[in-house]
Amino acid sequence: MRFAFTDEQAMIAETANDLFVGEATSERTRAAMADAGCDRALWDSLSATGFVGVHMPGDVGGSELGMVELAIIAEAAGRQVAAVPLIATQAALSALQADGRADLIERVLGGQVATLALAGGLAPHGTIADLFLIEQDGGLVVADRDAVEVGAGVTMDQTRPLAQVKLTGAPIATLSAKALDVAKHTGWIAVAADALGGAQACLDRTVEYVKERQQFGQAIGGFQAIKHRLADMMVEIEQARSAVYWAACAVDEGAEDAELALHSAKAFAADAYATCAGAMIQLHGGIGFTWEHDAHLFFKRAQADRTLFGSSAQHREAIAQIIGLGAIAA
Amino acid sequence: MKLGFTEAEEAFRVEAATWLTAALTGPFADVRGVTSLVEMPERRREWEKYLAASRWSCIGWPAQYGGRDATLAQQVIFAEEYARAGGPPRLNHLGIELIGPTILAYGTDEQKARFLPAIANGDHIWCQGYSEPGAGSDLGGVRTKAWREGGDWVIEGQKVWTSLAQFCDWIFVIARTDPESVGSKGLSFLLVPMDQDGVTVRNIVQMTGESEFNETFFDAARTDAANILGEPGQGWGVAMALLGFERGVSTLGQQMGFRNELDDLIEAARANGSAGDPVIRQKIAQAEIGLRLMRYGALRMLTASADGGSNPAAFTYKIQWANWRQSLGELAMEVLGQAGEISDAHGEYAFSRLPHLFLYSRADTIYGGTNEIQRNIIAERALGLPREARTRAK
Repeated sequence: MRFAFTDEQAMIAETANDLFVGEATSERTRAAMADAGCDRALWDSLSATGFVGVHMPGDVGGSELGMVELAIIAEAAGRQVAAVPLIATQAALSALQADGRADLIERVLGGQVATLALAGGLAPHGTIADLFLIEQDGGLVVADRDAVEVGAGVTMDQTRPLAQVKLTGAPIATLSAKALDVAKHTGWIAVAADALGGAQACLDRTVEYVKERQQFGQAIGGFQAIKHRLADMMVEIEQARSAVYWAACAVDEGAEDAELALHSAKAFAADAYATCAGAMIQLHGGIGFTWEHDAHLFFKRAQADRTLFGSSAQHREAIAQIIGLGAIAA
Repeated sequence: MKLGFTEAEEAFRVEAATWLTAALTGPFADVRGVTSLVEMPERRREWEKYLAASRWSCIGWPAQYGGRDATLAQQVIFAEEYARAGGPPRLNHLGIELIGPTILAYGTDEQKARFLPAIANGDHIWCQGYSEPGAGSDLGGVRTKAWREGGDWVIEGQKVWTSLAQFCDWIFVIARTDPESVGSKGLSFLLVPMDQDGVTVRNIVQMTGESEFNETFFDAARTDAANILGEPGQGWGVAMALLGFERGVSTLGQQMGFRNELDDLIEAARANGSAGDPVIRQKIAQAEIGLRLMRYGALRMLTASADGGSNPAAFTYKIQWANWRQSLGELAMEVLGQAGEISDAHGEYAFSRLPHLFLYSRADTIYGGTNEIQRNIIAERALGLPREARTRAK
């Protein structure tokens, strides 16, 4: 038992943070938002550094690390609301790995974008994806772009545009139920880590703001009404951090409570993010409600994290069943 | 980053679990499953002596003072197995978790030799003399006085909320030893025997109907001049360091108690059918998540402290568990409905576990630093926000 980053993991966290802080700037993210919601240059950097395939085996070009490292990278991306298709691509890679599809993994690690549409859900970055994994009949079908119809409108979170996808041609592969499961597991961890990073950014940026902003002759960060709300944000975030890394470790170690950990992480972290992003706007006052300020990027991403790959209520219902509450009364 | 335990650690788990199960189904079957802090105090004192006789009392302590030099992982495992086996709350919780580690850190060799084995073997049960009627979370407002008279310290004043003082042999007291001082200066940290004419303990009845804490009066009470921890006038630093020991391995044992409460609630919800209500299910699932996150938060804190550092989770833990438990109490009453409001104790004002939890948990967000104080601590020490202006009347 040693529930802290190893030296190597701490180094990955530092490298990932430096990369996202340096490249996923507000200007570049906003440029991507005005375009197709993807910062292609950043995506290329992520592919080149091996961050996309951090959890893939070495013989297909992966970094041979696990869910903890994947969470570290997703957390760093979330901290900057980076406009990249990282989460769905990583989930798709896990599914391909589960069924031994090295050929398709290599395409993705070569820079292609993969997306994942679970039953009843939309495909993130569907309009720019090259490879589509679509839930069907308890498994997944994999299709190239020419075999799917992609319908897209304007998405609330422009850093992660959603698309309706429909298989219209012949799939290039079908994947097993197990592949679907691991896609979900990776997806939940990645979303939860994204939410953790985002929530932490909301807190950090708001703390900086209230130390500067003066009212009644003093920094507003000295007022209890402000301090207590920020303290409550930190209480949520520290729990979200425990949740994300518990889930990542549990999957890596094949722990008995992995399923419970995954649902906990996804539900708790996404809700914590929503709480923190809402508080960020409130504590910034009027400026926090403007398009010019980045607060709304976090607020919208938090909402997107809440619904991507299952709502918080759905994940809590899954927990209710795991802990023996039986079925919902008819 | 790793959650699982090694084979050697798992072997230790089996050893501990085997011993605990044998004890708690054999000679101490009567204290198994006791949850109240005030139930069967004499038997629990015997239980703690029995633990000590096999050196299971405070395994994290150095062997020379009655411990086992247990590793962090072993302490985690023991806390979990102790609770799993139904071990009762430790009567000497404050001795083992708070004053013991503080004496280890600040005591002289003589003090260590005198006090630590007596705590470890269950001879000395300790309570805490911090709070006063006029000074709640504001320890700087302490008015209890002490002065030197010959080879003794003489103590005058009153403490309040002294948990379990009615069962205790020793109390650690923050007293003002410099009469001219104000605030945190001029305070000393004294170790005082309870069994003397100068110390009077008076029970306070709580809103649950029980008496767990007390008013403690010092009327020319005495303690040997050697029984001061740290230098005279430097008691504040010792008192603060002691509070730092509060977030230790015991949190994991505490969580096992919470586990049992949540399991009771789940059982009640299944029994009366409310488990099928989607709203109740959501709330129970949220409680389950919260409990798990306490465990993993505690593991983060413990790992960091084993490395000689601290983790941000340590700042947030008190609010986290206090809010969780208060919500659980409210959820329990939602599950039980009106039936939960009737005592089944035959005319006594005494409630079974879940309704008792509902009432008791109102204290969770108050003692050990109120939620409001905790939020100030988080904001100022963890987030670096400006200090609130504090003035004290002279």
